[in-house]
Amino acid sequence: MMNIEEYVRVSSCSEAYEILNSVNGSAILGGCGYLRMGNRAISKGIDLSLLGLNQIIETDSDIEIGAMTSLRDIETNPILKNNFNGSLCDCMENIVGIQLRSIVTIGGTVAGRYPFSDVLPVLMALGADVVLTGAGRVSLEDFMDGKHKSDVVEKIIIPKTSERVAYKSVRNSLVDYAILNCVIALSDGEYKVVVGARPQKAIRATKCEAFLKGKELTEEIAEEAAKIVADELSFGDNVRGSAEYRKAVCVTLIKRALVGGAE
Amino acid sequence: MKVDTSINGRAMTLECENGEFLAGALRRYGFLSVKEGCDTGSCGLCTIWLNGKPALSCCLLTARVEGQEITTIEGMQEEAEEFAHFMVAEGAEQCGFCSPGFAMTVLAMKRELTNPTDDEVKNYMAGNLCRCSGYVGQTRALMKYLEVHG
Repeated sequence: MMNIEEYVRVSSCSEAYEILNSVNGSAILGGCGYLRMGNRAISKGIDLSLLGLNQIIETDSDIEIGAMTSLRDIETNPILKNNFNGSLCDCMENIVGIQLRSIVTIGGTVAGRYPFSDVLPVLMALGADVVLTGAGRVSLEDFMDGKHKSDVVEKIIIPKTSERVAYKSVRNSLVDYAILNCVIALSDGEYKVVVGARPQKAIRATKCEAFLKGKELTEEIAEEAAKIVADELSFGDNVRGSAEYRKAVCVTLIKRALVGGAE
Repeated sequence: MKVDTSINGRAMTLECENGEFLAGALRRYGFLSVKEGCDTGSCGLCTIWLNGKPALSCCLLTARVEGQEITTIEGMQEEAEEFAHFMVAEGAEQCGFCSPGFAMTVLAMKRELTNPTDDEVKNYMAGNLCRCSGYVGQTRALMKYLEVHG
């Protein structure tokens, strides 16, 4: 059981923001799938579930996902299956089981900035923005840097500019956390390359992105690009894999994403 | 706090602590098919349906089921018994501790997927762990069940 002293179902994001910034020890309750794993005492648990933030809306230029949308709803959503090569749906498949994915929310995932996340690298590669009650619309990359910790995530906005996206990961068993995950996304002729679960937080490989600019993709170019990624990023050890293993696997995953990513 | 909900089609008010998860509350109210296994959201033993979709009751705050529909295997007895015959026929029952959660996921899959492929079945069932059977008998049983009822 989590220790939640007071539980409040708010009627607006502004109310949630005000509580979050005025009550010590208060917390926004997402799906609580991961929050429950800690021993954190919560003075005031803020529930957003009455706010209708569980919608996925397609506009001419973007797809908007409400913060309380479950990962399972994203995984099975026809709009998202038909965009981004289905990568945002595909990256959900190995997250524990559908029963957990039915509960945990995209807002909780984003706000948690989990370094093991399979979802955040894909959102970063797609150039997603986060809409916050206090700070307004900010890029997910800036948000991941640790800014806006006392803000309320309302929705995620993904531009529909990515023409080709590929997500690859490696893990010890089907539903274990990733040892490493890699995403490439091509938009307006430029690649975004993101690596997560290093096991540190997801990060863009900007040297590789610069290398790929204007180049026609061949097996050789992909191999070289993958080696650049492995050299420019740092990797660490944890129970799932060593830094050395992650670095070696990174080359293979990036190469596969670049040359085999459109299948 | 008090939470008004529907369990197996019956309106109920659950009294719970603010931070109590549904698995514990359901067991307190006598729904003992809901097992608490790993308590980390990994094993699927506590699977119930939330508005008809499988969900882990050990990760779902009881407060969150206000106004929602909960189904446990106690509310699915005929269908569950029918599936149990397939499990028995394939020798898939061993200790049986994971069976209620497993059956709830199978019955949800039957409703959600039409003619699922082997990979779709594997993906759907990946969140239900069993430490006795090695999954072979269970998989045979559920594939035969889907052949007849899918």
